[in-house]
Amino acid sequence: MPWDRNQMAARAAQELQDGWYVNLGIGIPTLVSNYIPEGVNVTLQSENGMLGMGPFPFEGEEDADLINAGKQTITELPQTAYFDSAQSFAMIRGGKIAMAILGAMEVAENGDLANWMIPGKLVKGMGGAMDLVAGVGRVVVVMDHTNKHGDSKVLTECTLPLTGKSVVDRIITNLGVLDVVDGGLKIVECADGVTEAELRAATQATIVD
Amino acid sequence: MNKVYANAAEALDGLLEDGMLIAAGGFGLCGIPELLLEAIKQSGVKDLTFASNNAGVDDFGIGILLQSKQVKKMISSYVGENAEFMRQYLSGELELEFNPQGTLAERMRAGGAGIPGFYTKTGVGTVIAEGKDVKTWDGQDYILEEGIFADLAIVKAWKADATGNLVFRKTARNFNLPAATCGKVCVVEVEEIVPTGSLDPDTIHLPGIYVHRIIQGDHEKRIEQRTVRKREEA
Repeated sequence: MPWDRNQMAARAAQELQDGWYVNLGIGIPTLVSNYIPEGVNVTLQSENGMLGMGPFPFEGEEDADLINAGKQTITELPQTAYFDSAQSFAMIRGGKIAMAILGAMEVAENGDLANWMIPGKLVKGMGGAMDLVAGVGRVVVVMDHTNKHGDSKVLTECTLPLTGKSVVDRIITNLGVLDVVDGGLKIVECADGVTEAELRAATQATIVD
Repeated sequence: MNKVYANAAEALDGLLEDGMLIAAGGFGLCGIPELLLEAIKQSGVKDLTFASNNAGVDDFGIGILLQSKQVKKMISSYVGENAEFMRQYLSGELELEFNPQGTLAERMRAGGAGIPGFYTKTGVGTVIAEGKDVKTWDGQDYILEEGIFADLAIVKAWKADATGNLVFRKTARNFNLPAATCGKVCVVEVEEIVPTGSLDPDTIHLPGIYVHRIIQGDHEKRIEQRTVRKREEA
Protein backbone atom coordinates (compact mmCIF):
# COMPACT_ATOMS: atom_id res chain seq x y z
CA MET A 1 0.00 0.00 0.00
CA PRO A 2 1.39 3.42 -0.90
CA TRP A 3 1.45 6.03 1.86
CA ASP A 4 -1.62 8.22 2.28
CA ARG A 5 -1.45 11.97 2.89
CA ASN A 6 -1.01 11.59 6.62
CA GLN A 7 1.66 8.92 6.29
CA MET A 8 3.57 11.13 3.83
CA ALA A 9 3.33 14.00 6.31
CA ALA A 10 4.49 11.73 9.13
CA ARG A 11 7.48 10.61 7.05
CA ALA A 12 8.31 14.23 6.22
CA ALA A 13 8.19 15.08 9.93
CA GLN A 14 11.13 12.68 10.43
CA GLU A 15 13.23 15.21 8.48
CA LEU A 16 12.90 17.76 11.27
CA GLN A 17 15.76 18.35 13.69
CA ASP A 18 15.66 19.85 17.15
CA GLY A 19 16.11 23.61 17.16
CA TRP A 20 15.31 24.15 13.51
CA TYR A 21 13.30 27.01 12.08
CA VAL A 22 11.08 25.55 9.35
CA ASN A 23 8.58 26.76 6.77
CA LEU A 24 5.73 24.43 5.80
CA GLY A 25 3.87 24.93 2.53
CA ILE A 26 0.15 24.59 1.91
CA GLY A 27 -1.52 21.15 1.58
CA ILE A 28 0.20 17.98 2.80
CA PRO A 29 3.18 19.97 4.18
CA THR A 30 0.81 21.70 6.61
CA LEU A 31 -0.06 18.28 8.07
CA VAL A 32 3.61 17.74 9.00
CA SER A 33 3.06 19.84 12.12
CA ASN A 34 0.77 17.07 13.46
CA TYR A 35 3.65 14.55 13.44
CA ILE A 36 6.61 16.43 14.92
CA PRO A 37 8.59 13.75 16.84
CA GLU A 38 8.70 13.78 20.62
CA GLY A 39 11.66 15.75 21.92
CA VAL A 40 12.13 17.67 18.70
CA ASN A 41 11.43 21.36 19.07
CA VAL A 42 10.95 23.20 15.82
CA THR A 43 9.76 26.76 15.28
CA LEU A 44 7.39 27.19 12.36
CA GLN A 45 7.74 30.28 10.22
CA SER A 46 4.80 31.73 8.37
CA GLU A 47 6.10 33.98 5.61
CA ASN A 48 3.41 36.61 6.11
CA GLY A 49 5.36 37.65 9.20
CA MET A 50 5.49 35.23 12.11
CA LEU A 51 7.83 32.81 13.86
CA GLY A 52 6.29 30.40 16.34
CA MET A 53 3.04 29.49 14.65
CA GLY A 54 0.47 27.87 16.91
CA PRO A 55 -2.56 25.67 16.14
CA PHE A 56 -5.96 26.82 14.86
CA PRO A 57 -7.90 28.87 17.42
CA PHE A 58 -10.87 27.59 19.36
CA GLU A 59 -14.18 28.61 17.86
CA GLY A 60 -14.99 32.18 18.84
CA GLU A 61 -11.32 33.06 19.40
CA GLU A 62 -10.42 33.75 15.75
CA ASP A 63 -8.47 36.96 15.25
CA ALA A 64 -8.55 38.67 11.84
CA ASP A 65 -5.05 40.02 12.55
CA LEU A 66 -3.59 36.55 13.10
CA ILE A 67 -3.38 34.35 10.02
CA ASN A 68 -0.90 32.04 8.34
CA ALA A 69 0.39 32.24 4.78
CA GLY A 70 -2.62 30.16 3.66
CA LYS A 71 -4.81 32.96 5.10
CA GLN A 72 -6.18 30.59 7.78
CA THR A 73 -6.79 31.85 11.30
CA ILE A 74 -4.14 30.54 13.72
CA THR A 75 -2.81 31.25 17.22
CA GLU A 76 0.44 32.39 18.78
CA LEU A 77 2.77 30.56 21.17
CA PRO A 78 4.87 31.83 24.08
CA GLN A 79 7.92 32.20 21.79
CA THR A 80 6.04 33.88 18.93
CA ALA A 81 7.56 36.90 17.21
CA TYR A 82 5.97 39.06 14.52
CA PHE A 83 7.72 41.03 11.78
CA ASP A 84 7.01 42.64 8.43
CA SER A 85 7.14 40.97 5.01
CA ALA A 86 10.52 42.45 4.06
CA GLN A 87 12.13 41.07 7.22
CA SER A 88 10.32 37.77 6.76
CA PHE A 89 11.89 37.24 3.37
CA ALA A 90 15.21 38.64 4.55
CA MET A 91 15.43 35.69 6.95
CA ILE A 92 14.32 33.31 4.17
CA ARG A 93 16.68 34.70 1.54
CA GLY A 94 19.41 35.04 4.13
CA GLY A 95 19.44 31.31 4.81
CA LYS A 96 18.18 31.50 8.40
CA ILE A 97 15.35 29.02 7.77
CA ALA A 98 16.79 25.51 7.97
CA MET A 99 14.22 23.75 5.83
CA ALA A 100 11.13 24.23 3.73
CA ILE A 101 8.67 21.40 3.07
CA LEU A 102 6.67 22.13 -0.04
CA GLY A 103 4.22 20.56 -2.46
CA ALA A 104 5.04 20.25 -6.17
CA MET A 105 3.59 19.59 -9.60
CA GLU A 106 6.89 18.26 -11.00
CA VAL A 107 10.43 17.64 -9.76
CA ALA A 108 13.38 16.86 -12.03
CA GLU A 109 16.40 14.68 -11.33
CA ASN A 110 18.67 17.75 -11.11
CA GLY A 111 16.48 19.24 -8.36
CA ASP A 112 14.47 21.58 -10.58
CA LEU A 113 11.07 22.30 -9.06
CA ALA A 114 7.82 23.34 -10.76
CA ASN A 115 4.91 24.15 -8.47
CA TRP A 116 3.37 27.47 -9.44
CA MET A 117 2.03 27.58 -12.97
CA ILE A 118 0.45 25.50 -15.72
CA PRO A 119 0.54 27.40 -19.04
CA GLY A 120 -2.92 27.92 -20.48
CA LYS A 121 -4.57 27.42 -17.11
CA LEU A 122 -5.44 29.97 -14.47
CA VAL A 123 -2.26 31.36 -12.97
CA LYS A 124 -2.61 32.37 -9.36
CA GLY A 125 0.99 33.37 -8.71
CA MET A 126 4.10 32.04 -7.05
CA GLY A 127 3.52 33.72 -3.70
CA GLY A 128 6.61 33.10 -1.60
CA ALA A 129 7.61 29.77 -3.17
CA MET A 130 10.42 31.13 -5.37
CA ASP A 131 11.96 32.99 -2.44
CA LEU A 132 11.72 29.95 -0.18
CA VAL A 133 13.36 27.47 -2.56
CA ALA A 134 16.11 29.94 -3.39
CA GLY A 135 16.85 30.84 0.19
CA VAL A 136 16.29 28.09 2.74
CA GLY A 137 18.96 25.60 3.76
CA ARG A 138 17.16 22.45 2.62
CA VAL A 139 14.15 21.90 0.37
CA VAL A 140 12.01 18.78 0.84
CA VAL A 141 9.16 18.15 -1.58
CA VAL A 142 6.11 16.15 -0.53
CA MET A 143 3.78 15.11 -3.35
CA ASP A 144 2.06 12.19 -5.06
CA HIS A 145 4.49 10.27 -7.26
CA THR A 146 2.16 10.41 -10.27
CA ASN A 147 -0.56 12.77 -11.47
CA LYS A 148 -4.22 11.86 -11.82
CA HIS A 149 -3.55 10.47 -15.32
CA GLY A 150 -0.91 8.13 -13.85
CA ASP A 151 2.02 10.05 -15.38
CA SER A 152 5.18 10.37 -13.33
CA LYS A 153 5.80 13.71 -11.61
CA VAL A 154 9.43 12.71 -10.98
CA LEU A 155 11.06 13.57 -14.28
CA THR A 156 14.34 13.82 -16.17
CA GLU A 157 13.37 17.41 -16.90
CA CYS A 158 10.43 19.56 -15.79
CA THR A 159 7.91 20.42 -18.49
CA LEU A 160 6.23 23.22 -16.52
CA PRO A 161 7.69 26.68 -15.78
CA LEU A 162 10.16 26.41 -12.90
CA THR A 163 9.83 27.72 -9.39
CA GLY A 164 13.55 27.15 -8.84
CA LYS A 165 16.54 25.62 -10.58
CA SER A 166 18.40 22.78 -8.82
CA VAL A 167 16.80 23.56 -5.49
CA VAL A 168 15.25 20.28 -4.26
CA ASP A 169 17.24 18.07 -1.87
CA ARG A 170 14.77 15.30 -1.07
CA ILE A 171 11.47 14.06 -2.52
CA ILE A 172 8.90 12.27 -0.36
CA THR A 173 6.02 10.72 -2.31
CA ASN A 174 3.29 8.19 -1.68
CA LEU A 175 5.70 5.54 -3.02
CA GLY A 176 8.87 6.40 -1.14
CA VAL A 177 11.78 8.76 -0.55
CA LEU A 178 14.39 9.86 -3.09
CA ASP A 179 17.41 12.14 -2.80
CA VAL A 180 18.76 14.43 -5.52
CA VAL A 181 22.39 13.38 -6.04
CA ASP A 182 25.01 13.70 -8.79
CA GLY A 183 23.66 12.11 -11.95
CA GLY A 184 20.07 11.61 -10.85
CA LEU A 185 17.97 10.42 -7.95
CA LYS A 186 18.92 7.90 -5.29
CA ILE A 187 16.27 5.76 -3.60
CA VAL A 188 16.38 6.29 0.15
CA GLU A 189 13.45 4.05 1.02
CA CYS A 190 10.25 2.63 -0.36
CA ALA A 191 6.85 3.16 1.25
CA ASP A 192 5.58 0.22 3.28
CA GLY A 193 4.44 -2.49 0.87
CA VAL A 194 5.83 -0.71 -2.21
CA THR A 195 8.62 -2.58 -4.00
CA GLU A 196 11.68 -0.91 -5.47
CA ALA A 197 10.53 -2.13 -8.90
CA GLU A 198 7.20 -0.33 -8.45
CA LEU A 199 8.97 2.85 -7.36
CA ARG A 200 11.32 2.69 -10.35
CA ALA A 201 8.44 2.00 -12.75
CA ALA A 202 6.59 5.11 -11.54
CA THR A 203 9.69 7.28 -11.88
CA GLN A 204 10.64 8.81 -15.21
CA ALA A 205 13.84 10.37 -13.81
CA THR A 206 17.20 8.64 -13.84
CA ILE A 207 17.75 6.56 -10.73
CA VAL A 208 21.35 6.04 -9.71
CA ASP A 209 22.63 3.40 -7.28
CA MET B 1 1.92 70.42 11.00
CA ASN B 2 -1.30 68.49 11.42
CA LYS B 3 -1.26 64.93 10.11
CA VAL B 4 -4.66 63.87 11.42
CA TYR B 5 -7.59 64.04 9.01
CA ALA B 6 -11.31 63.56 9.64
CA ASN B 7 -11.91 60.73 7.17
CA ALA B 8 -10.42 58.80 4.27
CA ALA B 9 -11.74 61.12 1.55
CA GLU B 10 -10.19 64.17 3.22
CA ALA B 11 -6.92 62.35 3.83
CA LEU B 12 -6.64 61.55 0.12
CA ASP B 13 -7.71 65.03 -1.05
CA GLY B 14 -5.28 66.37 -3.64
CA LEU B 15 -3.20 63.20 -3.72
CA LEU B 16 -5.02 61.11 -6.36
CA GLU B 17 -4.23 61.24 -10.06
CA ASP B 18 -5.17 59.01 -12.99
CA GLY B 19 -2.37 56.60 -13.90
CA MET B 20 -0.55 56.79 -10.57
CA LEU B 21 1.38 54.00 -8.84
CA ILE B 22 0.02 53.11 -5.40
CA ALA B 23 1.77 50.78 -2.95
CA ALA B 24 -0.77 49.10 -0.66
CA GLY B 25 -0.20 47.11 2.51
CA GLY B 26 -1.91 43.90 3.57
CA PHE B 27 -1.63 40.15 3.08
CA GLY B 28 -4.77 38.54 1.75
CA LEU B 29 -7.45 40.51 3.58
CA CYS B 30 -5.31 40.83 6.73
CA GLY B 31 -4.26 44.39 7.46
CA ILE B 32 -5.55 45.92 4.23
CA PRO B 33 -6.28 49.67 4.13
CA GLU B 34 -9.97 49.03 3.58
CA LEU B 35 -11.20 52.59 4.32
CA LEU B 36 -8.71 54.23 1.96
CA LEU B 37 -9.50 51.73 -0.81
CA GLU B 38 -13.21 52.57 -0.46
CA ALA B 39 -12.41 56.29 -0.66
CA ILE B 40 -10.27 55.72 -3.77
CA LYS B 41 -13.24 53.95 -5.33
CA GLN B 42 -15.54 56.88 -4.48
CA SER B 43 -13.04 59.37 -5.97
CA GLY B 44 -13.35 57.77 -9.42
CA VAL B 45 -9.59 58.03 -10.11
CA LYS B 46 -8.61 55.50 -12.79
CA ASP B 47 -5.82 53.69 -14.67
CA LEU B 48 -4.17 52.90 -11.36
CA THR B 49 -1.22 50.59 -10.89
CA PHE B 50 -1.14 48.81 -7.54
CA ALA B 51 1.90 47.24 -5.99
CA SER B 52 0.15 44.92 -3.54
CA ASN B 53 0.84 41.32 -2.59
CA ASN B 54 -2.76 40.33 -3.40
CA ALA B 55 -5.76 41.79 -5.17
CA GLY B 56 -8.39 41.28 -2.49
CA VAL B 57 -11.57 39.30 -3.12
CA ASP B 58 -14.41 40.29 -5.44
CA ASP B 59 -16.19 42.57 -2.99
CA PHE B 60 -13.45 43.60 -0.55
CA GLY B 61 -10.01 45.14 -0.69
CA ILE B 62 -8.58 46.02 -4.10
CA GLY B 63 -11.35 43.84 -5.55
CA ILE B 64 -13.79 46.73 -5.24
CA LEU B 65 -11.57 48.83 -7.54
CA LEU B 66 -11.44 46.00 -10.05
CA GLN B 67 -15.27 45.89 -10.09
CA SER B 68 -15.31 49.59 -10.96
CA LYS B 69 -12.54 49.19 -13.59
CA GLN B 70 -10.21 51.68 -11.92
CA VAL B 71 -7.14 49.43 -11.99
CA LYS B 72 -4.89 49.19 -15.06
CA LYS B 73 -2.13 47.01 -13.64
CA MET B 74 -1.31 44.87 -10.62
CA ILE B 75 2.17 44.07 -9.30
CA SER B 76 1.48 41.08 -7.02
CA SER B 77 2.73 37.67 -5.93
CA TYR B 78 -0.60 35.86 -5.63
CA VAL B 79 -4.01 36.73 -7.02
CA GLY B 80 -5.88 33.44 -6.68
CA GLU B 81 -8.85 34.54 -4.60
CA ASN B 82 -10.48 36.92 -7.04
CA ALA B 83 -12.77 35.83 -9.89
CA GLU B 84 -13.25 39.33 -11.34
CA PHE B 85 -9.49 39.76 -11.42
CA MET B 86 -9.13 36.58 -13.46
CA ARG B 87 -11.91 37.63 -15.85
CA GLN B 88 -10.30 41.01 -16.54
CA TYR B 89 -6.82 39.52 -16.82
CA LEU B 90 -7.82 36.77 -19.25
CA SER B 91 -9.77 39.25 -21.39
CA GLY B 92 -6.72 41.53 -21.59
CA GLU B 93 -8.31 44.43 -19.69
CA LEU B 94 -5.88 44.19 -16.81
CA GLU B 95 -2.08 43.97 -16.82
CA LEU B 96 -0.36 41.74 -14.32
CA GLU B 97 3.25 41.65 -13.23
CA PHE B 98 4.02 38.69 -10.98
CA ASN B 99 6.76 39.28 -8.42
CA PRO B 100 7.96 36.64 -5.98
CA GLN B 101 6.59 37.66 -2.60
CA GLY B 102 9.96 38.39 -1.03
CA THR B 103 11.13 40.26 -4.10
CA LEU B 104 8.02 42.45 -3.95
CA ALA B 105 8.58 43.18 -0.26
CA GLU B 106 12.25 43.96 -0.84
CA ARG B 107 11.44 46.18 -3.85
CA MET B 108 9.24 48.26 -1.53
CA ARG B 109 11.83 48.28 1.24
CA ALA B 110 14.57 49.25 -1.23
CA GLY B 111 12.48 52.04 -2.75
CA GLY B 112 11.82 53.44 0.70
CA ALA B 113 15.52 53.22 1.55
CA GLY B 114 16.65 55.04 -1.59
CA ILE B 115 18.02 51.92 -3.26
CA PRO B 116 17.05 51.76 -6.95
CA GLY B 117 18.12 48.17 -7.49
CA PHE B 118 19.39 45.06 -5.75
CA TYR B 119 20.53 41.57 -6.72
CA THR B 120 18.68 38.49 -5.48
CA LYS B 121 18.91 34.76 -6.16
CA THR B 122 15.12 34.46 -6.00
CA GLY B 123 13.81 33.56 -9.45
CA VAL B 124 17.16 32.66 -11.01
CA GLY B 125 16.56 30.13 -13.80
CA THR B 126 12.81 30.92 -13.98
CA VAL B 127 10.64 33.20 -16.15
CA ILE B 128 11.11 35.89 -13.51
CA ALA B 129 14.77 36.22 -14.57
CA GLU B 130 14.01 36.83 -18.24
CA GLY B 131 15.51 40.11 -19.47
CA LYS B 132 17.10 40.92 -16.12
CA ASP B 133 20.78 41.61 -15.52
CA VAL B 134 22.65 38.67 -13.95
CA LYS B 135 25.74 38.91 -11.76
CA THR B 136 27.65 36.04 -10.20
CA TRP B 137 29.15 36.00 -6.71
CA ASP B 138 30.93 32.91 -5.40
CA GLY B 139 29.52 30.85 -8.25
CA GLN B 140 25.91 31.77 -7.49
CA ASP B 141 23.87 33.79 -10.01
CA TYR B 142 21.80 36.75 -8.84
CA ILE B 143 19.30 38.82 -10.83
CA LEU B 144 18.77 42.56 -10.69
CA GLU B 145 15.44 43.73 -9.27
CA GLU B 146 14.38 47.37 -9.01
CA GLY B 147 13.18 49.34 -6.03
CA ILE B 148 9.58 50.54 -6.09
CA PHE B 149 9.12 54.30 -5.79
CA ALA B 150 5.37 54.74 -5.47
CA ASP B 151 3.43 57.98 -5.92
CA LEU B 152 1.32 57.08 -2.92
CA ALA B 153 1.39 54.49 -0.15
CA ILE B 154 -1.81 53.43 1.61
CA VAL B 155 -1.47 51.30 4.72
CA LYS B 156 -3.34 50.11 7.78
CA ALA B 157 -1.87 50.11 11.28
CA TRP B 158 -3.33 49.32 14.68
CA LYS B 159 -2.42 52.49 16.55
CA ALA B 160 -0.86 55.82 15.69
CA ASP B 161 -0.06 58.92 17.64
CA ALA B 162 -0.70 62.32 16.08
CA THR B 163 2.90 62.52 14.85
CA GLY B 164 2.44 59.34 12.80
CA ASN B 165 4.40 56.88 14.92
CA LEU B 166 2.82 53.51 14.14
CA VAL B 167 2.22 50.24 15.94
CA PHE B 168 0.93 47.24 14.00
CA ARG B 169 -0.82 44.20 15.44
CA LYS B 170 0.23 40.54 14.98
CA THR B 171 0.45 39.37 11.34
CA ALA B 172 -1.35 42.49 10.11
CA ARG B 173 2.05 44.21 9.91
CA ASN B 174 3.03 42.22 6.76
CA PHE B 175 3.42 44.49 3.70
CA ASN B 176 2.14 47.56 5.53
CA LEU B 177 5.56 48.49 6.82
CA PRO B 178 7.59 48.25 3.59
CA ALA B 179 4.71 49.75 1.56
CA ALA B 180 4.53 52.74 3.90
CA THR B 181 8.18 53.55 3.33
CA CYS B 182 8.15 53.49 -0.50
CA GLY B 183 5.50 56.14 -1.18
CA LYS B 184 6.25 59.80 -1.91
CA VAL B 185 3.25 60.37 0.34
CA CYS B 186 2.01 57.85 2.88
CA VAL B 187 -1.56 57.84 4.17
CA VAL B 188 -2.36 55.56 7.10
CA GLU B 189 -5.65 54.34 8.54
CA VAL B 190 -5.65 53.11 12.11
CA GLU B 191 -8.07 51.65 14.59
CA GLU B 192 -7.06 54.15 17.24
CA ILE B 193 -5.18 57.44 17.39
CA VAL B 194 -3.65 57.62 20.84
CA PRO B 195 -2.27 60.67 22.67
CA THR B 196 1.29 61.55 21.70
CA GLY B 197 3.55 60.28 24.44
CA SER B 198 1.41 57.26 25.27
CA LEU B 199 3.25 54.90 22.93
CA ASP B 200 6.45 53.45 24.37
CA PRO B 201 9.17 54.80 22.00
CA ASP B 202 10.90 51.41 22.17
CA THR B 203 7.86 49.61 20.76
CA ILE B 204 7.12 51.82 17.75
CA HIS B 205 7.27 49.70 14.56
CA LEU B 206 7.44 52.57 12.08
CA PRO B 207 8.47 56.10 13.06
CA GLY B 208 6.26 59.00 12.01
CA ILE B 209 8.85 60.36 9.58
CA TYR B 210 7.36 57.99 6.98
CA VAL B 211 3.75 59.00 7.66
CA HIS B 212 2.10 62.11 6.22
CA ARG B 213 -1.61 61.72 6.84
CA ILE B 214 -3.57 59.65 9.36
CA ILE B 215 -7.20 58.75 9.85
CA GLN B 216 -8.96 56.75 12.52
CA GLY B 217 -11.95 54.62 11.56
CA ASP B 218 -14.02 51.50 12.08
CA HIS B 219 -12.68 48.45 10.28
CA GLU B 220 -14.58 45.38 9.12
CA LYS B 221 -11.39 43.25 9.28
CA ARG B 222 -12.89 40.41 7.30
CA ILE B 223 -11.50 36.88 7.81
CA GLU B 224 -10.71 35.05 4.58
CA GLN B 225 -10.37 31.46 5.90
CA ARG B 226 -11.93 30.84 9.27
CA THR B 227 -10.22 27.73 10.66
CA VAL B 228 -10.85 26.49 14.19
CA ARG B 229 -10.21 23.44 16.37
CA LYS B 230 -12.57 21.70 18.73
CA ARG B 231 -12.32 22.24 22.47
CA GLU B 232 -11.78 18.51 23.18
CA GLU B 233 -8.48 18.61 21.30
CA ALA B 234 -6.94 20.94 23.86
